[in-house]
Amino acid sequence: MAFLSLEGLTKRYADVAAVADTNLTIEKGEFVSLLGPSGCGKTTTLQMIAGFVDVTEGRIVLDGRDVTHAKPSSRGLGVVFQSYALFPHMTVADNVAFGLLMRKVAKSERDERVRKALSLVRLDAHAERYPRELSGGQRQRVALARALVITPPVLLLDEPLSNLDANLREEMQYEIRRIQREVGITTLMVTHDQSEALSISDRVVVMEAGRITQIDAPYRLYEHPRTRFISDFVGKANLVGGRAGSAGQQEVCKVGEGDFQLSLRPEKIRLTEVGQGLLDGEIRTRFFLGSQWLYRVETPLGELTVVRPNEGSLPLEDGTRVGLVWSTELLRPLEEDVRA
Amino acid sequence: MKALRGYLLTGPAFALFAGLLILPLGLTLVLSFNVFDYNTGVDADAYTLDHYAEVFGDSYFYEVFFRTLWISALTTLLCVLIGVPEAYILSRMKAPWRSVFLILILTPLLISVVVRAFGWSLLLGADGLVNQAIQALGGNPVKLLYTPFAVVIALVHVMLPFMVIPVWTSLQRLDPLAEQAALSLGASQATVMRKVVLPQILPGVLSGSLIVFGLAASSFAIPGLLGGRRLKMVATLIYDQYLAELNWPLGATVAVLLLVLNLVVMLTWNRIIERRYKKALG
Amino acid sequence: MSRNGPLALSFHALVVIFMLAPLVVVCLVAFTPENTLSLPTSGFSLRWFEAVFERADFLDAFHNSLILAFSSATLATLIAVPAALAITRLHFPGRDFLNALFLSPIIIPHLVLGVAMLRLFALMGVSGSFSWLILAHVVVITPYVLRLVLAAAVGMDRSAEQAAESLGAGRVSLFCRITLPMILPGVAGGWLLAFINSFDEVTLSIFVTSPATQTLPVRMYVYATESIDPMMAAVSALVIALTVVTMVVLDRVYGLDRVLVGKQ
Repeated sequence: MAFLSLEGLTKRYADVAAVADTNLTIEKGEFVSLLGPSGCGKTTTLQMIAGFVDVTEGRIVLDGRDVTHAKPSSRGLGVVFQSYALFPHMTVADNVAFGLLMRKVAKSERDERVRKALSLVRLDAHAERYPRELSGGQRQRVALARALVITPPVLLLDEPLSNLDANLREEMQYEIRRIQREVGITTLMVTHDQSEALSISDRVVVMEAGRITQIDAPYRLYEHPRTRFISDFVGKANLVGGRAGSAGQQEVCKVGEGDFQLSLRPEKIRLTEVGQGLLDGEIRTRFFLGSQWLYRVETPLGELTVVRPNEGSLPLEDGTRVGLVWSTELLRPLEEDVRA
Repeated sequence: MKALRGYLLTGPAFALFAGLLILPLGLTLVLSFNVFDYNTGVDADAYTLDHYAEVFGDSYFYEVFFRTLWISALTTLLCVLIGVPEAYILSRMKAPWRSVFLILILTPLLISVVVRAFGWSLLLGADGLVNQAIQALGGNPVKLLYTPFAVVIALVHVMLPFMVIPVWTSLQRLDPLAEQAALSLGASQATVMRKVVLPQILPGVLSGSLIVFGLAASSFAIPGLLGGRRLKMVATLIYDQYLAELNWPLGATVAVLLLVLNLVVMLTWNRIIERRYKKALG
Repeated sequence: MSRNGPLALSFHALVVIFMLAPLVVVCLVAFTPENTLSLPTSGFSLRWFEAVFERADFLDAFHNSLILAFSSATLATLIAVPAALAITRLHFPGRDFLNALFLSPIIIPHLVLGVAMLRLFALMGVSGSFSWLILAHVVVITPYVLRLVLAAAVGMDRSAEQAAESLGAGRVSLFCRITLPMILPGVAGGWLLAFINSFDEVTLSIFVTSPATQTLPVRMYVYATESIDPMMAAVSALVIALTVVTMVVLDRVYGLDRVLVGKQ
């Protein structure tokens, strides 16, 4: 039974469809990410769910109730904004208490719930501070506490981590996941960062040019990208020409002549002695990524990217001739990209 | 629905501006065509072009308009020559001094123009400090007050902030690294000034000039207090027609011409600036 | 950042002296014990300040100016805040025209506005009315409030309002608890700037005041054209002092550089 469902949701500005005929169902307690490049319509979708943008066509159904045209204030959803959108003239505690105040929750209960929400995001000590006195990560937590304290049916996160620096971003990813699990709240997160989407979601929804092009669990999305765009946007991919067909239940792909584009992940290629692999090539350049080495290898199929783990031994020199080997079941045939 | 809310929210302001801005300006335009007689006053039902003919036919009006024009132009030029380098110097100052001096130079803006005019009349009077200084240096006292010189000096004093502000604003938008980049590429300080800094602040200078010229051309209190009885500018001329001669239609004619000239100068100038700089500077 | 050379600093010093000289001279002359405006003076005296407080016409004019500036700044704020919010938030036909109209008194010479309102008030038979004087001032100072409130409303994070809505705030709570507090510095700064501009306004006021409603700048202007004695300096010094105090308040409330230069 779907908890939140979008049915044929469409938003048009003049003649341009920002979001076209979008269908999505989210189960209770699920963490779903809406992933896509900027301008793909993911934020518009979130804003329609929150009620800030009018729906042109289609329906939004929340827990059996049609909320397509309900006012934002009556939907009761928790929203965390990219800019955090804290109220600068209120203390942290007052920010968090705002939604309860609007619901006319009695003062004693309000104080208690604010205290609990702040302790959930580990900000108990900062209740009387003002937003400007907090760091980016702390503001993010306040925004989260403010959205959660009203016990919303669904939590909407709009690029929640994009204003944080790299280290903090990773830490907050785990933090958001921890809190989401602890509260068990149904969550929809909009992001343009594929690693963010892969690491914390139960399912990832990829949007391109106003349309959903793939919905899958993170691992499946990474291993079976449907289109050329997705194979490139989610992780890195080598694109090679080839054939694809099926033999019984198995899908069989072969590199070489053919009408198909095949995707081959760089870490799926192993290096071996010349002549021992499926293909020979010459290392052009190498890049040190810390935990890995990235090689660019010139081959008859074009330049291929190969990623090997850094196992403590010295890497191969530029100009070394190597053999490349992979198991053919890891080749993925791709569909053509959608066009707006 | 949204449109209705827009009109509701702007309604009170619009009502006020319709009644106290558009209506009186319209009435003044009508007044400038009304027949006037010194014995019977304004005849609101009879229309004539006599006042316009009088203004365009009398050399006295040409003289006043021309004087207003050159005094405003000179004031604008002096404001550019003083205000632009001053804004640049301010922008190169260190943190506390920069805002201290910026405020010192801009605050006279908020002090009544009557007070400032009075201050200049003290300085420029026959036995004022300036003449005392000239005499101490062995010169003869000079008549300064009630001359165009006094009017221009005081106008520059009043208008300088209006030049410093836009230039300062465009200097703030300047990337200081662009100057350093030019220096690192071998440009001299003077070349950097000419090729990098000036072109970027020119829009600020031009919009400052526009404000200064417009305000100077319609200034009233400064020429009224420092120009004396004989040195008339357009604004003081209108004042005389209304409150001394009581010839309102003629005053209205000059006022309409002042407003039209002002708007024409401002709008053309603005268009020129926009056309030349909108593309380059966004 | 490179330093200013000695030449630049001397130029700067001259400019600062030029800007401050007339104000300093006024303040010095105000303390003269003599009957003339000559400088340097022979001593120090408060007699001209005492003289000011014995002049009923100046005290009345000051009183008029205070009430006028307070009422017109308040009225201007009351009409400018909703107008600014509508202009920044809502799309409706004629929006750009209204915006230009409300800002236009800045580029229309006050003198022209003065004679225009003189004609209107004469036709309506309300010449010399203090209420209509207030409304005339509201027209002239509304652009100042509008500009600061527009800047505050544009600079404000709109998602804070969306957040409040999603948390259940209705239209009234949204305005009172979120929008107004967030643009309050702009509103207060605009009010003060409008107050100062109304208090200083002379050109328009000279046409639409009667002896009974004369404002301080008009009284001073008329006085200065008739006779010049050190009392004028004392009044001026008081005006300068009052303006400086207001500016300090303005600086605390909104930041003087933001008001004057208009940066965010």
